[in-house]
Amino acid sequence: MKFFLEYKEAIFVIILSIFLGIEVISHVPAVLHTPLMSGSNAIHGVVIIGAIIVMGHAQATLSLVFGFIAVILGTLNVVGGFVVTDRMLEMFKKKKTKKTNK
Amino acid sequence: MEQIFSSEISILEISYLLASILFILGLKKLSHPDTARAGNLWAAAGMTAAILFTILFHKKDGQSIGNISWILIALAIGTFIGWYASKKVKMTAMPQMVSIFNGMGGACAALIALMEFPKMQNMLAAEGVANMFNGEAIAILLALMIGGVSFAGSMIAFGKLDGRIGDIKHPILRIINLSFLVLLLVALVLIMTMTPIAGNNIMIYLFAIAALIYGVTFVMPIGGADMPVVISLLNSFTGVAAAMGGFLYNNQAMLTGGILVGSSGTILTILMCKAMNRSLMNVIIGAFGGSAAGSAQAGDKNVKEISLSDASVLLSYSQKVYIVPGYGLAVAQAQHLCHDLDTLLESKGVEVKYGIHPVAGRMPGHMNVLLAEADVPYEKLVEMDDVNNEVGNTDVLIVIGANDVVNPAAETDPGSPIYGMPVIKAWEAKNIIVMKRSMAKGYAAIENDLFHHPKTRMLFGDAKATLQKLITEIKSL
Repeated sequence: MKFFLEYKEAIFVIILSIFLGIEVISHVPAVLHTPLMSGSNAIHGVVIIGAIIVMGHAQATLSLVFGFIAVILGTLNVVGGFVVTDRMLEMFKKKKTKKTNK
Repeated sequence: MEQIFSSEISILEISYLLASILFILGLKKLSHPDTARAGNLWAAAGMTAAILFTILFHKKDGQSIGNISWILIALAIGTFIGWYASKKVKMTAMPQMVSIFNGMGGACAALIALMEFPKMQNMLAAEGVANMFNGEAIAILLALMIGGVSFAGSMIAFGKLDGRIGDIKHPILRIINLSFLVLLLVALVLIMTMTPIAGNNIMIYLFAIAALIYGVTFVMPIGGADMPVVISLLNSFTGVAAAMGGFLYNNQAMLTGGILVGSSGTILTILMCKAMNRSLMNVIIGAFGGSAAGSAQAGDKNVKEISLSDASVLLSYSQKVYIVPGYGLAVAQAQHLCHDLDTLLESKGVEVKYGIHPVAGRMPGHMNVLLAEADVPYEKLVEMDDVNNEVGNTDVLIVIGANDVVNPAAETDPGSPIYGMPVIKAWEAKNIIVMKRSMAKGYAAIENDLFHHPKTRMLFGDAKATLQKLITEIKSL
């Protein structure tokens, strides 16, 4: 019980976000499964904020090194994720413009 | 009011709120074809804001972010590699790339947890607390476990998609897997009951190694054809790991972003399974492959070949042709030639369309992306149900490098592992030409009776080379 009181705000956010996540994507067509997966893959790259926080307060050499690697990995996730998704979706867009040109 | 907006902490919190809203709207837009690209950019904008404002305004115990030059260097390196890799990667290798990036996120979460645990333990030890039963410890341990599993699993998934790692299927693996999972959870609770001793970090390293091993054994027995589902599942895992980080730092952007991905990723995984008419449990426990029960009698059936000239005549004098592409087309990089064949036939008055199975290729929607890359117009791509409605009056149906998605066993053979999976009813067309490298089995490793069907003729060889020859042949008619 103490646990819930202590973290009630976070628990509140977690539960609401779960429903939101389900609701937001529930009607996605099969064609978009891959881009959507890739896009949400980029979004969980938000973990990089944690890496920046750790790195920003690191003092020992070991944690500096670990933090440095963590920031690189997180950035890879974010940048790679968004760019790959954009490339996939670019393909869809090309079709659209073609269609209107005809 | 003034008080709130003048404080720097609040600027950070408002930016996190903004980032969360952008993530939500981005995901929403990503699930509609017209707005998908914009949605991706919105989410990226939210991410940029969250990162930028964290560096500028984050404070812990009154201290701003330090080591800024190192952080910027790491950001630059990550951006450069990430950008370069994702611009260079071939469209066919997209699924592998997504898997790698997902693994990086998991590794990042695990590393954060590895650094935070000793800090927390030292602090608790100094306070003289009896055990580590608290929210922080749960968050750290879960982030480490889930992040580690996601990282190791993603790397194996990458290896499988890239053809570097084969499937290891053994009933014992299932037992090992289950016991490993139980072991991990028990270890998690045990670590929390321990009395914090400063500098005593062995068990957390052992725990991390165990999580990595479980990640490997978790993905290892799952068939290569199911990797998209696995990646989607690991994707939602990483989301949860990121959210645990958010819980740890009481950071709203990480919390909402992570949980959003966790829950939408889980739903997406289930949707993918539904598209293959299977349950998630069925995928994970892996009933695929192996069972030769339904196909034991297939040995002595004959296969008819067709010559290039016959094929070209047949195609040129048809009225309606359907092309059913599969992964074989993608690996051979033959989508452009496929489009060439299509335009050539259209110039001869043949109606050409593409029948796209939802899970053709290695990922749902993979084929659409590949064919779009080759400038095939959107309206020519026909979805499975519509194909099945009009396949009866199709003169020739060409199967290029596809196998399981046109396997009649899915409808006729209850003993087949793919029984019940919706397939394109290729066998209902008047003529069927199958382009295939050899008589090897498909990705699901099961026999395909379509190849022995009386209406089917085979055209063996690499998809690209065969298409090239076929095009020359038709031109010379």
